[in-house]
Amino acid sequence: MNELASVDWSRAQFALTAIYHFLFVPLTLGLSFIIAIMETLYIKTGDAHWKKITQFWMSLFAINFAIGVATGLIMEFEFGTNWANYSWFVGDIFGAPLAIEGILAFFMESTFFAVMFFGWNKVSPKFHLLSTWLVAIGSNLSAFWILIANGWMQYPVGMHFNPSTARNEMSNFFDVALSPVAVSKFLHTVASGYVIGALFVVGISAWFLLKNKELLFAKRSMVVGATFGLLTSLFLALSGDESAYQVTQHQPAKLAAMEGLYKGESRAGLIAFGILNPNKKIGDNEPEFLGDIEIPYMLSLLGHRHVDAFVAGLEDLVYGNPTHNITPASERIANGKIALQALSDFRKAKKMSDEVKMKENEAILQTHMKDFGYGYFEKPEQIIPPIAISFYSFHIMVSFGMWFIALFALVLFFILKRDIKNYPLVLYAALWSIPLGYIAAEAGWIVAEVGRQPWAIQDLMPTHIAATHLGGGNVAFSFTLFAILFTVLLIAEIKIMLRQIAKGFEGAH
Amino acid sequence: MFELLSFLQLQQLWWIVVSLLAGLFVFLMFIQGGQSLLFSLPENEMEKSMLINSLGRKWELGFTTLVLFGGALFAAFPLFYATSFGGAYWVWLAILFCFIIQAVSYEYRKKENNFLGQKTYEIFLYINGSLGVILLGVALSTLFSGASFHLDENFFVQWDSKLRGLEALFIPQNYLLAFALFFLARLSAGLYFLSNINHASLHVRIQKMLLKNTLLFLPFFLGFLAWIFLKEGFAYDASGIVSIEAYKYLNNLLALPVVAVMILLGVVLVLVALYLGIFKANVHAIKIMGFGIVLAVMGIFLLLGLNQTAFYPSITALQSSLTIENSSGSHYTLTAMSYVALIIPFVLAYISYAWYAMDRKDIDEAEMSDASEHHY
Repeated sequence: MNELASVDWSRAQFALTAIYHFLFVPLTLGLSFIIAIMETLYIKTGDAHWKKITQFWMSLFAINFAIGVATGLIMEFEFGTNWANYSWFVGDIFGAPLAIEGILAFFMESTFFAVMFFGWNKVSPKFHLLSTWLVAIGSNLSAFWILIANGWMQYPVGMHFNPSTARNEMSNFFDVALSPVAVSKFLHTVASGYVIGALFVVGISAWFLLKNKELLFAKRSMVVGATFGLLTSLFLALSGDESAYQVTQHQPAKLAAMEGLYKGESRAGLIAFGILNPNKKIGDNEPEFLGDIEIPYMLSLLGHRHVDAFVAGLEDLVYGNPTHNITPASERIANGKIALQALSDFRKAKKMSDEVKMKENEAILQTHMKDFGYGYFEKPEQIIPPIAISFYSFHIMVSFGMWFIALFALVLFFILKRDIKNYPLVLYAALWSIPLGYIAAEAGWIVAEVGRQPWAIQDLMPTHIAATHLGGGNVAFSFTLFAILFTVLLIAEIKIMLRQIAKGFEGAH
Repeated sequence: MFELLSFLQLQQLWWIVVSLLAGLFVFLMFIQGGQSLLFSLPENEMEKSMLINSLGRKWELGFTTLVLFGGALFAAFPLFYATSFGGAYWVWLAILFCFIIQAVSYEYRKKENNFLGQKTYEIFLYINGSLGVILLGVALSTLFSGASFHLDENFFVQWDSKLRGLEALFIPQNYLLAFALFFLARLSAGLYFLSNINHASLHVRIQKMLLKNTLLFLPFFLGFLAWIFLKEGFAYDASGIVSIEAYKYLNNLLALPVVAVMILLGVVLVLVALYLGIFKANVHAIKIMGFGIVLAVMGIFLLLGLNQTAFYPSITALQSSLTIENSSGSHYTLTAMSYVALIIPFVLAYISYAWYAMDRKDIDEAEMSDASEHHY
């Protein structure tokens, strides 16, 4: 059995299923609020056009929601199927947000989803409106709990290690639920969903205007979409800034990879654009970039909120930097091995009921616990995340994010101050920005997940230890099944969506 | 309040919650049962649409309960979550595939340009309603028959069969529960349709279906009860040592009279509901059925985990067997989760209200023909 292959296939499968799932979730997050705003306008004004507009976007929401649910199911169980060791090692902390997500969010979504779609003639208009808002709130609550779980993996807090059970156990629920990393991750991720929802509404409305169809419906949708989009894209940038700050504080290797920063520096600049040097290796004297444009001081400001601050590079983290109090990875690996040995000795002593040895080893373990996960590595260089993929994903995400702010401002200006129908360039830009939103969101996800490698849980458990011992063949086969099934469902979803859009607002109910 | 409970009491409390969720999920399997009838019960497209729309307004509740069942097991009994899902990989993935295809089928079935065609989505629903339930029954049955695994010193699972869970398909007794669930789901579906669809000729066919499926359900269900009460079970002592005990589940039944009453009452309610459905086409029978199923399933789950019983026995390494004591979350986590669980009655209340508000009027042909309504 080739365990390395098994781990790689499990990573590939998790990436595949998460990327597919994350194609649908952001639209659900954003569109649900936009629909709720539209229905509120309908209830406030009594204008039947708003009802038609609401129902049109709702019909697209349902198509997207169904496949979001389908691809989401596996995410709930995949921690067990493919990451069983992880599930035991931190299940006492990680399982709780997943269960709470089910209790608080999924039932709210599923119950009121049925009312929202089938209740137009069955419940009062106000109860219907409430149901639509509750679907939006439920979707966002769901995102909150799953991102708490994810945030905890990036910055594990509120727990202690119990050597008797060989796992981490929760010691403070509120530390876990309100961790700054988790909260900023939640805000940034849902904001990206809001922007995708807005891009979707603005882009499709632009298509109607380009086709000279459904003008009133499209323009009204565009005003709501662009206003929502401008506000949320600005918030996206702000929450991104907070996210970058949190990454610098708690995952310095990830930040260094995102910026291609090998040697740490004070007054570090932010790379606005750069092409990485493919021949660059850690520790050599090759230049980091073949070409780059840097904004001076910006990385120090972004990462530490101070222009003079020192930002650690990959070489500082691997080889250490005594001036800035950074321990070399080799020392952390040695400490980690001591911790692992102490755990093993503790368990042997427990079997023999040797209380003295148990206490001794527990003390050693606690002393070196902060380096526990490093004990699973052999070489310091193993702690470096994939640099190119982190760097390019990060820069794609940020550039597109900036573009979206400009786009929404432009659209809003032209629709409120001019007749936007006469500006096809703006309309085409809006239409073709829909895929850019998805690319940016997936790139963001890749930065978050690839950038934290080699860790499943930062400093505690490397990815290769977290996986179930399955054998590569099993996971390769299940990966293929998922790839086929999800691709077929995605094709179906896109085809149905395009037809539904083409039918226009009158054909929706 | 919960922090004052002992660790064991919290573990028992969470086993009760898991058992309740199992009961609710089995009741909600009427959705799967209904899907398994799509090719036999309706006589025309209109009738099929009525069945699908009737089920389509509830399917997400069943789906969500399945997800919550996974989440609750992860939070409350993480070692079971890790061991069973990671170990019996293929049987769980097969079940998940059956549910993934369900999730798109209601919405996409009748949509234009749906790529796979209406029939394919109906077959997806049928697969979920039949194979999905049977596989789930086989997987749950391993809680009684045992599974092939051992745990290493870090409690990491090592599966001892190359079939990764599919070996459970080769244990004939596992099919007793599997088919009992399959027919039970069809029975609840029939009662649900009686309550939810207003269509005279369909009601007559449902009554006939109920009679036939009752006759098929009873031998499997009674066979399952006979099997578990006559078989040896897996007990553990105060120091956690697991041993095999003759008539363990029967002993549990006698040792836990409240549970025995729950199971008995549950079975009686199911039979009463079936009588009312078959002979009276009673529209309220589904409610009685619901209470009966929840009580009986919950009771059976309680027999499995309480009274010093290993609820996930290993047949290859007996001492690796999982009990509610060695597989649970910590005292702190179980306490925190218990506070969260206090919201469950509120959740059940809004579900009931929404269900009541949506079902005030039965589904009929007129509604299916109303173009202003959203249909599946």
